[in-house]
Amino acid sequence: MFESLTERLDQALKKLTGRGKLSEADVDAGLREVRLALLEADVNYKVVKDFVASIRVRAVGAEVMDSLNPGQQLVKIVDEEMVRLLGDRVPMTYAPSPPTVIVLAGLQGSGKTTTAGKLALYTRREGHRPLLVSTDVRRPAAMEQLEALAKSINAPAFAPRGIDPVGIARDSLAEARRVNADVVIVDTAGRLQVDEELLVELKRITDAVPSQHRLLVLDAMTGQQAVNVTSAFQQTISLSGAILTKMEGDARGGAALSLRAVTQCPIQFVGVGEKLTDLEIFYPDRMASRILGMGDVLTLIEKAQDQVDVSQAKEMEKKLRAGRLTLTDFMEQLKQVKKMGPLEGIIGMLPGAGKIKNLAGALPNDDQLKQMEAIILSMTPAERERPEVINGSRRRRIARGAGTDIAAVNRLLKGFEQMQQMMKQMGKGKRIKGLPMDPAQLLKG
Amino acid sequence: MNAPPNPDETAPGERQGFWKRFSKTLESGRQSYVADLKEVFGRPALDAAFWDDLEATLIAADAGVPTSERVVADLRRQAAGAHLRSPADALRYLKADLAREMQGRPRALNLEGAPAVVLVLGVNGSGKTTTIGKLAYLLRREGSRPLLAAGDTFRAAAIDQLRLWGERAGVEVVAHQSGSDPGAVAFDAVQAARARGASPVIIDTAGRLHTRSDLMEELRKVRRVLERLDPKSPQEVLAVLDAHVGQNSAQQVKVFQEAIGLTGLALTKMDGSARAGVVLSIEAELSVPVKLVGIGEGLDDLNRFDPGQYLDALLRMEEAG
Repeated sequence: MFESLTERLDQALKKLTGRGKLSEADVDAGLREVRLALLEADVNYKVVKDFVASIRVRAVGAEVMDSLNPGQQLVKIVDEEMVRLLGDRVPMTYAPSPPTVIVLAGLQGSGKTTTAGKLALYTRREGHRPLLVSTDVRRPAAMEQLEALAKSINAPAFAPRGIDPVGIARDSLAEARRVNADVVIVDTAGRLQVDEELLVELKRITDAVPSQHRLLVLDAMTGQQAVNVTSAFQQTISLSGAILTKMEGDARGGAALSLRAVTQCPIQFVGVGEKLTDLEIFYPDRMASRILGMGDVLTLIEKAQDQVDVSQAKEMEKKLRAGRLTLTDFMEQLKQVKKMGPLEGIIGMLPGAGKIKNLAGALPNDDQLKQMEAIILSMTPAERERPEVINGSRRRRIARGAGTDIAAVNRLLKGFEQMQQMMKQMGKGKRIKGLPMDPAQLLKG
Repeated sequence: MNAPPNPDETAPGERQGFWKRFSKTLESGRQSYVADLKEVFGRPALDAAFWDDLEATLIAADAGVPTSERVVADLRRQAAGAHLRSPADALRYLKADLAREMQGRPRALNLEGAPAVVLVLGVNGSGKTTTIGKLAYLLRREGSRPLLAAGDTFRAAAIDQLRLWGERAGVEVVAHQSGSDPGAVAFDAVQAARARGASPVIIDTAGRLHTRSDLMEELRKVRRVLERLDPKSPQEVLAVLDAHVGQNSAQQVKVFQEAIGLTGLALTKMDGSARAGVVLSIEAELSVPVKLVGIGEGLDDLNRFDPGQYLDALLRMEEAG
């Protein structure tokens, strides 16, 4: 929907190809785009104002590094500053003398009850014994929901009917001793910020039970008023941290920055799906990229590092440089690409994904990849080593074997040949990194 | 059949007070916003700073950058032509301008059918089940005999929650087991409504982020089941939007619109801190009108959306101070 910030900055700063320092004019031209990107990401406008002002101070007069253009330099500064603002990753801590009490607070529909279940599972995986407590006597069936969640992970639940929320919270400590739990996760009623009565109730709950963690559960889609919502909770119960939910959606999540600006407290987890295992540790760098619309490049890089066999890649690089690439090698590449998941998913993580998606027709989809693999698998080993021996009748045989037509085989062979030519040239000159080659080139050929 | 749980709740005096309560709850949570508006519109001159601040104020109300820019640009043009002298003049113009734009949109619920079907969808936590309970109550008060269908067979306790709302609103609920096929629930509910002469059938669905294409397919299936029973059904497909959500609301509407087709929106949680700028931007850009608005947790906290009153509440400053 939106161009990435980097693209827009490049556009805004196109004329400034020079090196040297970022001038005031450069910075101001760029910061207009930064402001817009942040507002589109739902960062509160006052937070945007402060943030942009602080970037300006840092950016004016900054050296533009040799390897970057002014736009990239500015993005780098913005990104660094935002990562800094988003804070560090904070591990879950437990009370030295159990139980560890975690109180979850948040607006209605932010996902508190589901998050309570996820946290229970998380603490158990860290070797603890959680008790799930519901003090939500207001929402119809809220207690049933918590009990059902607890049952699904075999954790004890405490949701007594007919007691007031503060009483439930107080009694939960005795219940924790009874069931031998060392972590008590207290779900509270969803509330509207202006509902004084419920905020008072929340305060009384945290007064009644000493808690290590008072976590705000905030919907990542929250708009401008994230600031007001957060400060109301902050003023009421002095938050210790936050959990951002519904991160599996496509919201840019600017609320994270608003939240940090108001509370300074760490964002500890992000909810990334409906399953109870879908709770992840918060990564400020990824969040910054997401808010800036730069795509989740870091996740992509990590994924590539996970999946790509380094020694294999080195071997490949050698062959590439020597121009001795065979179709067998090419298939290895395809397999590696496939291991990283559906191509659309990978492309989605790239900066400027919108633009690339427009080229979707030019990129091989998973089906096409499968077809390419089938074609290569239908060749004899000799054919894979020396594709030039593949004549008309071999082509027919291969096409039949792969369940496709000769044209598809021709396309693959032609593309492969072109790529090999290109690789040879590059091998003589520039250094080629041992990364998977671009199968798109092959199909386009 | 079922008597209302508490007839006193339907007191008409309370109904008329809806918009008053609306603007009141709106104000308590948006004091800073109102203060901004007051400051911005209270200035003596229509200068560049004023236009910038007006734009910022609209952005702060979640109107989104493109819409805020467009509204301000339109107003500036009009200001030049109409010789507006002050920000107060500009405010009057802005209100009239937005009202003109909004009033032309169709907002009536289409409940013609035997039974009519209202399919309700939305992302997790937007307030679907609650909205359905309130809508059933609203329609029953107006003399129809709604029937609820528990199509959210996914979320733990969603069926229980709908049953409780059914009891509160005094309407029947058709439900299957948790985990069963929502299409089958919809089918049975429509059949039951035919047999009992109930209408409309209001169908709850599992909350889903619009990015889940498999779940969107499930919704399409429910729709197909309904169309097979009656080609005119569902008469209404309403997406429930949480007013606290920012620019992603537009994305939600866009995706639901493309995947299922929407006839309208129900805006929930328009209370406290939530601001309504999202309505301006969604209606202008996606042409899906808001038909219902909910402000709180009470059974009668849902009403038909009225742009005039909505704009009054949104842009009123006198009572803020």
